[in-house]
Amino acid sequence: MEKDSSKFTNAFKRFEEWRSDISKTDKEKTDEHLDIEADAKKDATINIEKLNIYIQNTHILKDISLQLHDKKITCIIGPSGCGKTTLLKSINRMIDTTEHVRVEGRVFVDGEDIYDKKAEITHIRKKIGLLSQRPTPLPMSIYDNITFGSRIHGIRNKKTLDKIVEKYLLATGLWDEVKDRLHSPASALSIGQQQRLCLARGLAVEPQFILADESTSALDPISSKNIEDLFLKLRERYGIIMVTHTLRQALRIADYVVFMYMGEMIEQGTADELFNHPKHELTKQYLSGVFS
Amino acid sequence: MKFIVEKIFYVLMVLSLLLVFAFLGSILITIIKNGWPAMSWDMVTKLPGGGFYIGKEGGVLNAIVGSLYIVGASTILGLCISIPIVFFVNIYLKKDSKLASLTRLSFDVLYGIPSIVYGAFAFTIMIFFGLRTSLLGGIIVITLLIIPIFVRSMDEVARQLPKELLDATYSLGATRLEAIKVAIRQIAPGITTATLLSIGRAIGDAAGVMFTAGFTDSIPTSLNQPAATLPLSIFFQLSSPTPEVRERAYAAALLLTIIVLVLSIIGRMITYRFSKNKIK
Repeated sequence: MEKDSSKFTNAFKRFEEWRSDISKTDKEKTDEHLDIEADAKKDATINIEKLNIYIQNTHILKDISLQLHDKKITCIIGPSGCGKTTLLKSINRMIDTTEHVRVEGRVFVDGEDIYDKKAEITHIRKKIGLLSQRPTPLPMSIYDNITFGSRIHGIRNKKTLDKIVEKYLLATGLWDEVKDRLHSPASALSIGQQQRLCLARGLAVEPQFILADESTSALDPISSKNIEDLFLKLRERYGIIMVTHTLRQALRIADYVVFMYMGEMIEQGTADELFNHPKHELTKQYLSGVFS
Repeated sequence: MKFIVEKIFYVLMVLSLLLVFAFLGSILITIIKNGWPAMSWDMVTKLPGGGFYIGKEGGVLNAIVGSLYIVGASTILGLCISIPIVFFVNIYLKKDSKLASLTRLSFDVLYGIPSIVYGAFAFTIMIFFGLRTSLLGGIIVITLLIIPIFVRSMDEVARQLPKELLDATYSLGATRLEAIKVAIRQIAPGITTATLLSIGRAIGDAAGVMFTAGFTDSIPTSLNQPAATLPLSIFFQLSSPTPEVRERAYAAALLLTIIVLVLSIIGRMITYRFSKNKIK
């Protein structure tokens, strides 16, 4: 495990060096894509206003109003079936793929109402990456997995794509493990590697926010630690909203916590507030393990 | 007791398998035993000579080429028509869509219609338009015949597409069309299997081409000329009173089997190549 994590930190160091290197010397030369990415530093927020979601006439989310912050980790906690995942899916409109769904209310991402009829769904999803519960590599090579997003958003230049692949594999600590077999199938990677690959793939389209839906629950402890560590690093650049079923994980990494119960948002606040001074009775009970 | 039941079922399974192998084996033995004496290079390299049907010189090159023309063209056409149908039903339509179930039902019905009906149907239309039997007619009928096979067998695979895979693609900001590009890689092995099944049906079909492609002793040089096919060639030779000609029918059947075998092996190799990226 030690070896693994040191390899991992080394890779990250190299990535940091590489990044600062690029911003110093090659700034003009770097491709437009990388430039835009370097500029995308201004903070954005997600504002959810009175969101109600019905699936087949069942009221799944009840009147959720919430603000989510950039460059922070927000953990959404709550018992199974309380609507955590639905809330997460509504932020990048992946809820649209659910059948018989009705959405009321508004969600603003960086000032843009994503449920507006004119909102372009591919553009919204590009801004908000999703890391699902289980790794979902695409049926193609490692290289193609990372570049898929960039390609569909119009980047064709081979050199730029090569750079993107190296950059995000370094960022997720996979580079050293896979650099010699970039063109072999992604399905051949271990499950932990696949999840980091999916994260790298999500980052490669340059989102502002990353949604994580219990992204460590299918992984072994070491891989899951890797992902957590990555989130802590990525917090410097991205807003991370994460659904988790493990309270301890929320305790370890959350800046803000949202507690949900039966489709309602019971309480939200900074991790310190919510974990140490919960106001609501249900929150107290949940934290003390009366139900889970 | 449990153990005995287990044993019985095991034996039953093996028996069924053996039954099928025995069946295949006996067909092959019959074809080879009867056809081998008539097998010669002339069979594959020559057109039927003057007295071919009374046992004189010549081969069945006309039928081999005709069959390959028809099968090749209709497979490509069939793929071009079925793949869009399959993706429309599985990616654009909702899971419980009425149109999707109607489509599936229609293709189940089409699947069951005997090829002679396709042939007769096409024949009436050809008469209506004043067309003669031709390569084009054969291609159209065989295309219609294999589309249901294509659609139904690809559909079964496409239904197994993991929702997470499509969701992962959409969450990167992909449109449905871009998601199809990913899906097609995942179901590539299914597409090859469907293609192999269709080729098998297309190359072996006699009734469909009888009225539409006709039969001829020469190789067609345009789409308007009639074309010979191996199954019809077998049929005509088998009905001959001359023993030598009947032997040639078996030789033609052997050739047909070999072609199917070779195509299947190539197909399996392609599947293997395509499926290396598949997500389990």
